[in-house]
Amino acid sequence: MMRKDLDIIHNWIAPETRVLDLGCGDGALLARLEKEKKVGGYGLEIDPGQIQKCIERGVSVVEQNLDNGLKNFADQSFDTVVMTQALQTLRFPHLVVEEMLRVGRECIITFPNFGQWKARWHLAVSGRMPVSDLLPFEWYNTPNIHFCTFKDFEVLCREHSWQILHRQVVSESPVSGVLKDFLPNLFGETAIYHLTR
Amino acid sequence: MRKILTTEAHTPNSGKSAGLPANSVGIVEPQSHTFPGPFKLACGRVLDEYTLVYETYGTLNADKSNGVLICHALSGHHHAAGFHSENDKRPGWWDHYIGPGKPIDTNKFFVVSLNNLGGCHGSTGPTSINPETGKPWGPDFPPLRARDWVHSQAQLADHLSIGQWAAVVGGSLGGMQAMRWALEYPDRLRHCVVIASAMKLSAQNIAFNETARQAITSDPDFRDGRYLEAETLPRHGLAVARMIGHITYLSDDGLGKKFGRELRSGTFQQGVEELVEFQVQSYLRYQGDTFSSSFDPNTYILMTRALDYFDLAREYDDDPVKAFSHARCKFLLVSFTSDWRFAPDRSREIADALMHANIPVSYAEVASPMGHDAFLLPNPRYENLFAAYMNNVAGEQDAEQRNEMSDGKNSEVSS
Repeated sequence: MMRKDLDIIHNWIAPETRVLDLGCGDGALLARLEKEKKVGGYGLEIDPGQIQKCIERGVSVVEQNLDNGLKNFADQSFDTVVMTQALQTLRFPHLVVEEMLRVGRECIITFPNFGQWKARWHLAVSGRMPVSDLLPFEWYNTPNIHFCTFKDFEVLCREHSWQILHRQVVSESPVSGVLKDFLPNLFGETAIYHLTR
Repeated sequence: MRKILTTEAHTPNSGKSAGLPANSVGIVEPQSHTFPGPFKLACGRVLDEYTLVYETYGTLNADKSNGVLICHALSGHHHAAGFHSENDKRPGWWDHYIGPGKPIDTNKFFVVSLNNLGGCHGSTGPTSINPETGKPWGPDFPPLRARDWVHSQAQLADHLSIGQWAAVVGGSLGGMQAMRWALEYPDRLRHCVVIASAMKLSAQNIAFNETARQAITSDPDFRDGRYLEAETLPRHGLAVARMIGHITYLSDDGLGKKFGRELRSGTFQQGVEELVEFQVQSYLRYQGDTFSSSFDPNTYILMTRALDYFDLAREYDDDPVKAFSHARCKFLLVSFTSDWRFAPDRSREIADALMHANIPVSYAEVASPMGHDAFLLPNPRYENLFAAYMNNVAGEQDAEQRNEMSDGKNSEVSS
């Protein structure tokens, strides 16, 4: 996860609240939230290497496959449910967001913007599915099976009447960093959405 | 059966000798202590006094904050690590995980491992003399529950001047005791490590235990449990009980990989009338025979019953969340994929209840073909995560000590 990504999520989460981090990776976000904002909670992860890193960090991590849903969590049992860079890997992303809003009062989701100019350029010019530093897979071996753009996601939110509390795009390159404010769907690399019902 | 009557605890001889592995705690010596009663048991009966035999590894630090209690499983005992002599062929039952540089690092922790009340390795149990009759307790020994063990372990902690354990650790039935600790003495442990355990046994589990008990009690040498007085021993019954147990502690896959259908003797060749024996048959018989010459049948019955009776949330309206809401410590849970006796689902139930109760918990489901026995065996992932967790437990201690020291300095400055 990019640093900017983490900063923004960090700002959106209120101190001393409870967070559930889906696909928490090495636990960097939870560790920082606990240290700086006294936020409690758990990370869910299936990768043994990442679980090991969480334990080394002292982050509470529970081995759980997100494809099996969040049935083991009660309604509205967390203040915020976070999922970074995993939406595009899910079989039914919209159902997972529904689940996140059932379990949490709010949710924060980040995903790579497939409408970014590099992806558009790649497809338009080479006629092949985009491969980039951020998304370094070929179409047949990629875990990313449900790509969307900012616009697509906004449509999904409208259709499901999810309320968007905050939205932000981030970009790594300085040029895109300025341009993304004017044309987010063209220059934003990563989308961060803060939703509630 | 060995009976140790000394009541003075003494410093274990942890000196290593050339013949022992470098990461071993070395030669260890069991100690014992007799606790004056009355000790009231969960069943309502009272013991006038009782003895616990235990071993310790590592050194208790100045503020007595580095104690780790090991709770043993069904057939375990106090000898968890190290060797009793240089000629000892095998180390303690959890030697792979306890020692210098091992997950439960004896360079950092003071590890206490005991033989539970009701055991047959030196602690008061069915083989001890009933003071009222002057004969062995045998089947008259009071039925025990996990909480009785926990309360007696707390008395052992008092005896060792340990007010709060850095961690209480246990696998299987030991994990049940660790969880009970978290509910009965929430302020006396900072971490609870529960490995391959469950909040209660399933009907299938109880069924296996009952079959094992029936194997023992239907042996003609059982004599209604008074075999010591009759100078017999239901050796065959106990061996069969152990064989049944042993099958359930391994996995189909694990047994298959280890033995397949290999023959130890005999042949299927026509005309040759030599009885066929599979390798797995001889292995199981060996396991049964070895066990039945070192374990007391009444203790086996007592321990399996304690397992059956355990139900973490029974007195909390059968609500595990309500039960765990009494806990103050942090938890580490581990399960193993091929363990069907204490399946990963049972550990996940514990994790779910803890998360609902808002208690810090980490849970890992470790891939292993070794079944329930995996918790005793080498496994790189299990070792690494266990070591990382315990390393943080030790780190917290150091940080607390540093804070206390700096607090002390500050107060000196301000006063």
